[in-house]
Amino acid sequence: MSSIDQYISLFEHNRATIEDHSPEALNRLRPAALSALKSMGRFPGKRDEGYSKLSLEEMFAPDFGVNVARVGFAVDVARSFKCDVPNVSTLLGVVVNDMFRPTATLVKNCPEGVTVESLAKVAADDPEFVKHYLGTLSDNRDAASALNTLLVQDGVVVRIKAGVRLDKAIQIVNIFNAAGDLMSVRRLLVVVEEGASGRLLVCDHSQSADYNYLSSQVAEVFLHKGASLDYCDIEESTEKTSRISQLYVRQDDDSRLTVNGTSLTVGHTRNEFHIDIVGRHCDTELAAMAIADGDQIVDNASRIRHSAPYSRSNQLFKYLLDGRAQGAFEGLIYVAPDAVHTEAYQSDRNMLASDDARMHTAPQLEIYCDDVKCSHGAATGQLDRNALFYMQTRGVPAAEARMMLMQAFMADVIDRVAIDSLRDRLRHLVERRLAGEHASCGDCTATCQN
Amino acid sequence: MEKDRDIQTANGNTSSDDVLRDVTGSDYKYGFVSDIDSDIIARGLNEDVVRLISEKKGEPDWLLEFRLKAFRYWQTLEMPRWAHLDIPEIDYQAISYYAAPKKKNAPKSLDEVDPQLLDTFNRLGIPLEEQKALSGMAVDAVMDSVSVKTTHREKLAELGIIFCSFSEAVKDYPDLVRKYLGKVVSYRDNFFAALNSAVFSDGSFVYIPKGVRCPMELSTYFRINASGTGQFERTLIVADDESYVSYLEGCTAPMRDENQLHAAIVEIIVEERAEVKYSTVQNWYAGDKDGKGGVYNFVTKRGLCRGDYSKLSWTQVETGSAITWKYPGCILAGEGSVGEFYSVAVTNNHQQADTGTKMIHIGKNSRSTIVSKGISAGHSQNSYRGLVSVAPDASGVRNYTQCDSLLLSGTCGAHTFPYIDVKNETAIVEHEATTSKISEDQLFYCNQRGIPTEEAVALIVNGYAKEVMNKLPMEFAVEAQKLLSITLEGSVG
Repeated sequence: MSSIDQYISLFEHNRATIEDHSPEALNRLRPAALSALKSMGRFPGKRDEGYSKLSLEEMFAPDFGVNVARVGFAVDVARSFKCDVPNVSTLLGVVVNDMFRPTATLVKNCPEGVTVESLAKVAADDPEFVKHYLGTLSDNRDAASALNTLLVQDGVVVRIKAGVRLDKAIQIVNIFNAAGDLMSVRRLLVVVEEGASGRLLVCDHSQSADYNYLSSQVAEVFLHKGASLDYCDIEESTEKTSRISQLYVRQDDDSRLTVNGTSLTVGHTRNEFHIDIVGRHCDTELAAMAIADGDQIVDNASRIRHSAPYSRSNQLFKYLLDGRAQGAFEGLIYVAPDAVHTEAYQSDRNMLASDDARMHTAPQLEIYCDDVKCSHGAATGQLDRNALFYMQTRGVPAAEARMMLMQAFMADVIDRVAIDSLRDRLRHLVERRLAGEHASCGDCTATCQN
Repeated sequence: MEKDRDIQTANGNTSSDDVLRDVTGSDYKYGFVSDIDSDIIARGLNEDVVRLISEKKGEPDWLLEFRLKAFRYWQTLEMPRWAHLDIPEIDYQAISYYAAPKKKNAPKSLDEVDPQLLDTFNRLGIPLEEQKALSGMAVDAVMDSVSVKTTHREKLAELGIIFCSFSEAVKDYPDLVRKYLGKVVSYRDNFFAALNSAVFSDGSFVYIPKGVRCPMELSTYFRINASGTGQFERTLIVADDESYVSYLEGCTAPMRDENQLHAAIVEIIVEERAEVKYSTVQNWYAGDKDGKGGVYNFVTKRGLCRGDYSKLSWTQVETGSAITWKYPGCILAGEGSVGEFYSVAVTNNHQQADTGTKMIHIGKNSRSTIVSKGISAGHSQNSYRGLVSVAPDASGVRNYTQCDSLLLSGTCGAHTFPYIDVKNETAIVEHEATTSKISEDQLFYCNQRGIPTEEAVALIVNGYAKEVMNKLPMEFAVEAQKLLSITLEGSVG
């Protein structure tokens, strides 16, 4: 049985239970996902284009449990804040495995015009809203995305209504906590309406390092005319946790988006960024970094599609690989025939710090329009020996000099993070991660709840 | 939008689009057909055809075995679809796999060569008459499936250099051919390599002995003439220790409404401290302005830098073919070996090209440089696809890749698909790519200095391609520059 079949059979056996627990807005999407998965027959493996380092077939092969019956797991609240951002006041919601739990502060402090709620609740209150957006960006031609649609039972909806400018950052903490191997199927729907703006921080954690976890995350983000969103995603779980995260964005006229991805500790991870720029004069910044060692595999794939004129996008990816870590980057800039005056840039910089680290890079340009400015660059190398030598001649010990250079290497990704206090936090996390400590910030005192 | 593109020129009101349309729309000058009596076998492909080709060429049994193995393997394969190309279904049974100009006996001297044939190559500007060959270039002329004439052989033989057609090499130097055939491009390499290995008809064979520096450029000129045929030639170059050779390859075909298939293999072996420079000016018929006809150019070219400090340099100017699928590569196995790839690929009208290189770094301190310039016009699609891979034990590897694309119309496409695979921490691998059109600032500046838009476009395109053109041997650079003019510049050149 291929790994796709085991999930199809799981779904077919438990279809009634799954559909009972889910809103109609989710159930109506399942038949198409099911037939797509059946026709695919298998997940992509290493021989498939774009999956050279990380085989989804292998990732999904173990027999993970799926919380079909929606059993609630207890969450250790103190620990769930371990990586929270101090000195920043956030609207915090927690997703335990795949169930959303708003915190008391979120319920109390959520301003007018802002919704941070479970998908089921929003679907019950405003079914048309959910129907209008959900499943319109995710792609059934992609096996992981179709599987998410097939099995997902609930999710989180973030909605910022027209004209609302939200200063406080919204934070969603995804936590794994189960007494056994588990796959969680998460879904996020973000709608920033006309002229609205917001900041969203999503962090991944695992509370136990004893079990294998796999998360399948699909986020659909809609930015309407003039909307603005800063989206930060931090992976800080355990080496036994794997994830596939797929971000789908649609940007209308004059919208602005920044996406920051940070992969610190995780087993095998694949992050996809699908950004569809359908509006004019849009601005998109995508920056991601990965620090990996041991047997970690970090695979990032970006697909930026310019379908309208006068928009600009800029991407920066940085990897620091040590131990036997493997990194992969596949980035595509696509410019449609009419998207004149597009400016699209992409840069990928990688550093290998050990003999056994591996990096695969495939930056791609697909351009069907002449009046554009597009470029990409990719480089893989190591620390500059001259710089190391220079610092040593100035009395900086070799180990410290290496550390400083590595931090400097990551600095320009961190500098692009829009939330000030998060920048400081990330610098600290990166420093600890580079020092070989587990980057979980156990010393964080969760001062953010005001 | 259209308004933005209009530019007032120094000599009148011409929009830059008009100029581009004009300069990109000139005709193919090598499209004539020579009326030569040909020996063509029936269309279709099966084991009997493979045996017939082998028999016609009087080949030894081991070569027939090689062909049959390749043919059986080919039957298990499907045509690759991963390239960024829209390849119409090809009926491999509708092609004749062997066509040769009829000859009475092998020509001993030039006088015995069919004057029609000589005339054909003269019209192409290829001097087969040695006394007239002032350029000091030795030429092997291949028409359809067979080699017509190789010049300067005796002079080269004095130095121990073997330069002859592949068929002659099989007869005269079977041990050498057997030793090297299929060692760099195995018949199992890919669909077209398997097809070529089964039905290859002729090609060139070059062997440069130890320590010899080849005193002249060696050159092969390929010409498809007969209709309903494909060309499947095979080139094998062996450069022994501390030798040097510069090899040139040119190709043309008549204008026909049908699509003709060209599936060649080039294998190069470079031993210790030897250097091979391989230059191609590819000008197969590209089809008419509506994309009708033209040659499908599906070629596997690869060199093995086996010896330490060996060097292989590929230079290509790709202007022809309806569809190009071609990735000349270097396997840099020797310590300190060097691979280079310089390419200008021009596509116009409905041409499609998916071309680039593979640099496989296995040896320590091996280095490679890739410079690729793509120029797209009309409705064409032009892709760079390349691989740079560094093996785990290859320490101190250095690679630099630069690929630029220039778009000359709003309806064409320029794409870049590089793959970079690094498995050693000491490697430094860099890749840069840009895509742009000729900027209006540049045109305006030229206009302002009294240069009409037409000339300015030609000037900028030539400047853009110069880095690659400079790498071509003198004799070819002139031809290549002319070709670039013909393909893109029309009356401007």
